[in-house]
Amino acid sequence: MTIPIEEVTKAFNNEHTAFMPYFTLGYPDYETSLDIIQSCAEAGADLMELGMPFSDPLADGPTIQNSTQVALNNGVDIEQCLQAVSDLRKRGITIPLMLMGYYNPILNYGEQRFVEKAEASGANGFIIPDLPPEEGASFEYHCINNKLALSYLLAPTSTEERIKLVSEKASGFVYLVSLTGVTGARIALPNYLQDFVDLVRRHVTNPLAIGFGISTPDQAQEVGKLVEGVIVGSKLINIAGDSANPAEACGQFVADMVLALKQDS
Amino acid sequence: METKSTLPKKFGQYGGQFVPEVLMPALEDLEKAYISAQQDRAFQEELHNLLDSYVGRPTPLTFAQRLSTHCGGAKIYLKREDLAHSGAHKINNALGQALLAKRMGKSRIIAETGAGQHGVATATACALLGLKCVVYMGTVDMNRQAPNVARMKLLGTEVRAVAGGSQTLKDAINEAIRDWVTNVDDTYYLLGSALGPHPYPTMVRDFQSVIGQETRSQILDAENMLPDVIIACVGGGSNAIGIFYEFINEKNVSLIGVEAGGLDISGGKHAARFADSSIGRPGVLHGCYTYVLQNEDGQIALTHSVSAGLDYAAIGPEHTYLREKKRATYTHASDAEALHAFQLLCELEGIIPALESSHAIAEAIKLAPSMSPETTIVVNLSGRGDKDLDTVLDEIDLKE
Repeated sequence: MTIPIEEVTKAFNNEHTAFMPYFTLGYPDYETSLDIIQSCAEAGADLMELGMPFSDPLADGPTIQNSTQVALNNGVDIEQCLQAVSDLRKRGITIPLMLMGYYNPILNYGEQRFVEKAEASGANGFIIPDLPPEEGASFEYHCINNKLALSYLLAPTSTEERIKLVSEKASGFVYLVSLTGVTGARIALPNYLQDFVDLVRRHVTNPLAIGFGISTPDQAQEVGKLVEGVIVGSKLINIAGDSANPAEACGQFVADMVLALKQDS
Repeated sequence: METKSTLPKKFGQYGGQFVPEVLMPALEDLEKAYISAQQDRAFQEELHNLLDSYVGRPTPLTFAQRLSTHCGGAKIYLKREDLAHSGAHKINNALGQALLAKRMGKSRIIAETGAGQHGVATATACALLGLKCVVYMGTVDMNRQAPNVARMKLLGTEVRAVAGGSQTLKDAINEAIRDWVTNVDDTYYLLGSALGPHPYPTMVRDFQSVIGQETRSQILDAENMLPDVIIACVGGGSNAIGIFYEFINEKNVSLIGVEAGGLDISGGKHAARFADSSIGRPGVLHGCYTYVLQNEDGQIALTHSVSAGLDYAAIGPEHTYLREKKRATYTHASDAEALHAFQLLCELEGIIPALESSHAIAEAIKLAPSMSPETTIVVNLSGRGDKDLDTVLDEIDLKE
């Protein structure tokens, strides 16, 4: 039997930098979102982040805000997000699946109940952008009990003290926010990334993944030189929203990104 | 003197810092800067001088003689925050934080506003201190508080319309936080109520506690005793905590917060976090753990109130703590009761109150008749109602 948190770490053991797409569960509708996620997995994604909708996503830009609102309008709730994980496992998807969402719906559902059900559904861990390590003790406890990963985030503004704190608490990978800002595709990436990564590496031994603002194979290659994983979200949502066949279009995008990352390694 | 390096992050179990990592260092810096300002006599003097010579403090405590006679029972006093410069208590906090921002070397101020009173207060403070200011406001609120939008623009502030979500205060805060996350290096987020992540609830309370300090000496001058009851309306809860705080250790002074009862509690069209257990329970919104109106899936509920300033899904964490400790009680007044109180105060006292403050007046009108004539009630009249005339005239018939 596999251990969920170990599967997360293994996703970074490949020759190439791991590609880790984010997609909102329930966008543009529940079944299509699962088709898209399956297509991304089959196209070579190394790990997927599954977005759980929240009414007030304050770390997200317009693209993901819109997608989560559509998902809520479709009636997607936390129960259905958990169902999505087990549905994806039934479809034969074996890559690590991380549930990403804001804290209130989880708190409301019950932390222990949520973590246990996520484990039973086949999830590998969580990313909760509004739960810093200072507030995460009880959630962490349930993750440890169920051998699931809890990826904390670090930002370019993080002090060395905070980097040390995250290094003590994080499990799975550490999520580096590439810039000060909300999620969303950007034309250029900041030039301080190298220094930021160097500072984090002085304290953190977990695999590092960078997200926020990345949308093209060139950007992925550039970031891929620095860290073990590259995260893309808004761009994939845009592709899904613009295409008549979103699963195919998203799969093609993931294949291009993975190819770019493989060429570079 | 012992120098404190941090402040308590929670009130009992409520409060905390549930924000994206980008903002955690900014909150640490803010806490440090605030503690240092608190301990700096020059900062305190500058703020005090501005409150005195610019805001017009102390604001009067007015005996509402005709309203008291009309109700029969307790003597009702009004703490006249409506007479503070820019028309509400909000200026106390806006000036304090704007001075702090300047001290921290921040050149750009952002704020959210519901009723527009905090937006106007922030715009005012920024004009006075020469700071660039951007205010986020929901489009629903921009329509119902149009005079305040015009005032902010006249004061040189950029008002950004927020069309997402319920287009009210909650969404304005979301957008302000997104701006702050993006521009955290040069931007100061001037939060307008005693909510959000630590240290805001503590800091806003401290800047507003001047209301209660003045009230104590004024009621002692007038009555030679402390009031029996203090009543304030509660949206986020800054005017309420501002008048309550001075009296928390005075066990004989009852503290009553009044939430927006909206159309009715059972239909869910309200902003009464403590009154409706079907949707009001502890949760996390905008960085703090407190009572939040939410559906069964933990999605934040849409609220309703005739007053934009009370139309918000969460209550400041210290109020949740005071309620749990049974030190304060919380009730609610409906839209109709607030409108009735609004009219009564206009006609009996010659004072046009804000619709927010009218909720507190409504509770005084309910309570006073059951109290004896030797007892006193102080109502925090948190703001003036000029901004509300459009809303009120839609709802009531003027006598020809």
